[in-house]
Amino acid sequence: MAQAQTEAKPVVNRTQALVWLRQMMLIRRFEERAEMLYQKGNKIGGFFHQYSGQEPVAVGSIGVLREDDYIITAYRDHGHALARGMSARAGMSELLGKVTGCSRGKGGSMHFFDVEKGFLGGHAIVGSHVPLATGVAFALKYRGEDRVCVCFFGEGAINQGSVHEALNMAALWKLPVIYIVENNLYAMGTSLERSTAVLDLRLRGATAYGIPGITINGNDIELMAKTTREAANRARGGEGPTFIEAQTYRYKGHSISDPGKYRLREELDRAMKNDPIMVYQNVLKQRGWIDDETTDKMRDEIKTEVEEAIAFAEHSEPPSLDQLYEDITVAPFIPQE
Amino acid sequence: MPLISYREALNQAMTEEMERDDRVFIMGEEVAQYDGAYKVSQGMLKKFGARRVIDTPISEEGFTGIGIGAAMAGLRPVIEFMTFSFSLVAIDQIVNNAANMRYMSGGQFAVPIVFRGSSGMAGCLAATHSHRLEAWYAHIPGLTVMMPATPADAKGMLKSAIRSDDPVIFMEHEVLYPERGEVPAGEHLVPIGKADIKRPGSDVTLITYSRSLKTTLAAATQLADEGISAEVIDLRTIRPLDLDTLLHSVIKTHRAVIIEEDWPYCGVGAGIADRITQRVFDELDAPIRRVAAKDAPIPYNRALEDSMLPSVPRIVAAVHDVAYR
Repeated sequence: MAQAQTEAKPVVNRTQALVWLRQMMLIRRFEERAEMLYQKGNKIGGFFHQYSGQEPVAVGSIGVLREDDYIITAYRDHGHALARGMSARAGMSELLGKVTGCSRGKGGSMHFFDVEKGFLGGHAIVGSHVPLATGVAFALKYRGEDRVCVCFFGEGAINQGSVHEALNMAALWKLPVIYIVENNLYAMGTSLERSTAVLDLRLRGATAYGIPGITINGNDIELMAKTTREAANRARGGEGPTFIEAQTYRYKGHSISDPGKYRLREELDRAMKNDPIMVYQNVLKQRGWIDDETTDKMRDEIKTEVEEAIAFAEHSEPPSLDQLYEDITVAPFIPQE
Repeated sequence: MPLISYREALNQAMTEEMERDDRVFIMGEEVAQYDGAYKVSQGMLKKFGARRVIDTPISEEGFTGIGIGAAMAGLRPVIEFMTFSFSLVAIDQIVNNAANMRYMSGGQFAVPIVFRGSSGMAGCLAATHSHRLEAWYAHIPGLTVMMPATPADAKGMLKSAIRSDDPVIFMEHEVLYPERGEVPAGEHLVPIGKADIKRPGSDVTLITYSRSLKTTLAAATQLADEGISAEVIDLRTIRPLDLDTLLHSVIKTHRAVIIEEDWPYCGVGAGIADRITQRVFDELDAPIRRVAAKDAPIPYNRALEDSMLPSVPRIVAAVHDVAYR
C-alpha cells in the first residue's frame, strides 16, 4: 500500500477532498486516453506533454483559489486546465484540432485557454509566461482588486532571464502573484544537477528578490492547498508575491516522443510506487471518508466522462479553411498578401 | 492651429488618452522621474502620479511581458522602449505573446497595447543604437505597425494606437522629436491603415514614411524645378498597408519609387513593390525603384552614416531612372 502523507490534520472537508480526488483521476484518465489517440490513429499531432504524476500540484493549489482569480501555466497544461474546471470535452476537442476545442483548434496541446475560468493559457516558450503572470498581477493591483494570479512553471524555467526580470519587478512592486515551480527534476532530458549551479531553487527565485520562498512536497495535495492558501492570503492582503517550490515527478517523458533514457527505471518505479493519487485515496480511506465502492464508482464515472469527451471531439467539426484568418486581430484583419 | 513639436504632440496624445481612460498607463525606463530619456513623457509623472507613470528596471523583456499580461487582464498599457533598438531584447514577448495571443487562444484574449519609442539613425549612435526594425515587425500577422512623420500625425496616430484593441508597434524617429508643425488641439484621430498624400503630383509616385518624408519632399521640390511632378505618399501605417491609395496613385503616374530608412533586402519597400507589381504590373512604365539605407551595419563616423541614408540626390537619381531621363 502506498504511503500515507505526512499531514496529520485534514485541511479540507470530505466534499472538497472527493472533488480533488476525482479531478486527479480525471486528469490521469484524460491523458491516458489522449496518449492512445495520439499513438493509434494519428488523431492528435504535434508536441504533447503529459502531467501524469504531478496532478496534486495543480489540483491542490488551484483548488483553494476563488473563481475570479487567474491561472497561467507552461505547455504541460492539461492538468491545470482540467483542475480549473475546463471540461474534458473542450480539452479533448482541442487535442483533436476541432472548432469546439478550448482554443478553437488553433492552440493545440500546448495552448489551452479558457477566458471564462480565468485560465490564461498554456504557454510554450519556456519562462515567457512568467512576465505575463506578473503583468496580470500588476493589473489586479492597479485596479485595487483583491484577486491573485497563480503562475506555474517548471524548474527548467529558473534559468531563463525573463523569469528573473519578472520576479524582481513582482517583489519591487509587491504584486499579488504566486509562483509555483513544479520541480520534476528534469528540464526535458537535462537534470537539475546538469543545468543549475545552485540547486536550492528558493535561493535564486525567492531569497535573491526578498520574496518568501518555501519548498514543499508538491505531491502532498493538502500541503499544496494549505501553502497556496497562505500565499493567496498574503497576496490579497497586499504583501506581495510568494515563491513555492513544489517537488514532484513526471511519469512520462518530456513529451510523447521522449523514451526518457536519461533517468533510471528504478527512479521511475520508486516514484510510481508512491503514486500521489493512490496515496490520497489511502489517506481518505484512513479518514473513513471513502471506501473501495466510492472510488470504483468514481472511476467508472470518469471513464464514461472521458469516452463521452472523445466521442464529442471526434464528431465535432474541424475549423473551416477560411477560419485561418479569424481571430488574428480584433479589428478586421487584412491579409498582407 | 497651435504650432508644437513632434515630441509635445506625442505627449499630448498620451496625456489626453490617460485623461479619458483610467486603463491607460505608461511604463518604461526613465519615463517617470527622469521625465523620459527623450522627454516625451515630460511632466506626466507630476500630472498622473506613480500609479500610472511607472519607471522600470532595465529589463525590457520583463516589462514588455508585464505590459502584455496587464493588457490581457483588461488594461491598455503604453510601453516605452528608450529606443526600438532595445526591443530586440523583448522580441520574444512581442512576437510570441502580443502578436499570437488572440489567435492561439481562439479569440479569447485580446492584447490592447502600444509599444512606442524612438528609432533610426540620429547621429553617431553607431550599430547598436540606430536600428530601424519596422520590416521585422511588419512581417508578423497580429501586429499593427505605425510610423508618424509629422507632429500632427504623431498625435493623431498615437491616440488611435492607444484606442486600438490590438498590439501596435509605434515607431517614432529620434531626429523628428524637435520638429515643429501645426497640430490640432484636443480630439484629433488619424485612422490606422490610412496613408496620406503629402504632396499631389502626376508624373511619379514617391512612397515613403517616417523621417524619409522630409527628404522625399525636398526631392519633390527639386524635381518640380526640372518639370517632374512627383506625388508624395506618406504611408503612416506600415501594416496594414493602405494599398488602395498606392494603387490609385500608380495608376495615375505609372511610375513609383519607394524611399525607406531600413535595409534593402527583405525591407518594407520589397513587400510594397511586390504588392504593387502583382496588382497593376500593366500600369507600370518602368520597374519600381527603391532608395533604402545602404546594406551595412550603421557606422559611427558621421560621413559614413550620412552616406547610408536616402538623400535628395539618390531619390532624384531614382526618379530619373524610372522616368528614363
